[in-house]
Amino acid sequence: MTDPLSADLDRLEQIVHALERDDLDLDGALALFEEGIGRLRAAKERLAEAEAKVERVLTDAAGVLKLTRFDA
Amino acid sequence: MKRRRVAPNDLFGEVPAASSGADSTRAAFSVSELAGALKELAEGALGQVWVKGELTGFKAYETGHWYFTLRDEGAQLRCVMWRTYAERLRVPPPEGTEVYLLGTPTVWAPRGELRLSAVTVLPTSGVGVQQLAFERTRELLERDGLFDPARKRALPAFPRGLAVVTSSDGAVIHDIVTVARRRWPATRVVIVPARVQGGDAIETLVEALEMVDRLTDIDLCIVARGGGAKDDLLAFNAEAVCRALARVRVPTISAIGHETDVTLADLIADVRAPTPSAAAELALPDRAQVARHVASLANRLAGGLRRRIDWQTERVDRIADRARHAMTGRLQRQSHRFERLATALDALNPLAVLARGYSVAQTDEGKVVTRRSQLPPGTPFTLRVADGAIQARSE
Repeated sequence: MTDPLSADLDRLEQIVHALERDDLDLDGALALFEEGIGRLRAAKERLAEAEAKVERVLTDAAGVLKLTRFDA
Repeated sequence: MKRRRVAPNDLFGEVPAASSGADSTRAAFSVSELAGALKELAEGALGQVWVKGELTGFKAYETGHWYFTLRDEGAQLRCVMWRTYAERLRVPPPEGTEVYLLGTPTVWAPRGELRLSAVTVLPTSGVGVQQLAFERTRELLERDGLFDPARKRALPAFPRGLAVVTSSDGAVIHDIVTVARRRWPATRVVIVPARVQGGDAIETLVEALEMVDRLTDIDLCIVARGGGAKDDLLAFNAEAVCRALARVRVPTISAIGHETDVTLADLIADVRAPTPSAAAELALPDRAQVARHVASLANRLAGGLRRRIDWQTERVDRIADRARHAMTGRLQRQSHRFERLATALDALNPLAVLARGYSVAQTDEGKVVTRRSQLPPGTPFTLRVADGAIQARSE
């Protein structure tokens, strides 16, 4: 299970490194910048997710798992 | 085992009396054969056992192996502890200490001696039955490589689903959920209840750990129990619980008892945390810290592009400068040439001679008079001097 946030942050690191090196033409730099902005927005949205979801596992008589909301 | 028989006829020409054993067809053993057979018997008869006795004659060899004797009033046994085990103890119990020794009886064939091959040694003072069981379980788990550091898995950077195996009542859940809400609410927390002490603790813990793998979208597991008396942690030293924990398919963090208590389950888990809250902190990234990281990436992203544009601008400026410089140089060189020519021209200007007092006579046709015949008497001509011309006539 690859985490989308980690993927976004990894890619952002790459983009920033590429932009900080000297061997890019301006068009390439602009394209990378645009991609970077998109990834930044996605990362910030994930950071803003507010409420933690807490569940509790129960098994019924047949051994089937059930999840219920849990208020700690 | 195939045994080479010594043909008795080769020695005395007659068969020695058959032994009274069941195998009447057997001829004599060789010494090595018999020693090997005794070794097998010794190792197989009892297997690994605990022995209590007084430790004497201790000697540590340079190879790292330990040799000593274990004795009581009626008997003594030679013991060896190979380096891999001796290293784990580091310091041997002092001479004369009464110890429990966990080991396997064996025969050392080259000397024909009965030996105890020791795995661990514990001073009897302060050692209870529980600790003996603990040591034995540790030995079994160790033998199966479950403490191998190479087994340790890395924790996911941003877990999406966190399973928490713990008691459903108690402060542990509250602590973990509080930390989760503060640090990383994006993670779904699933509580898998188990009894963490008492008669059915082992069974429910094993069940709960097996349940973790049946849940979907879980990528990390915490097994936790709040502090308590040492005896309350027994279930976490149980072999079944340790093996169930080792089988969990996602990385595991343990937080069991007080910080000073280390259970076998702690050694099996991929990461050990001192407390349940600390386990949650290890499990989940800190939102504030990640936000700072994202902000710094945003800055660097903008800065990267800014610099890129600055470089381009600077490059254009530099080229323009060079062009200007080149043009100026060219103009200057031309203007120097012009001046040089002007000076040269000036030196050759015939009018400059007039300034020194000479004059030039010209006929009306404008020809310079160089011969008398050009001006017969009475001919008008012009006399050019420095500041103008004088009309004249020859006589």
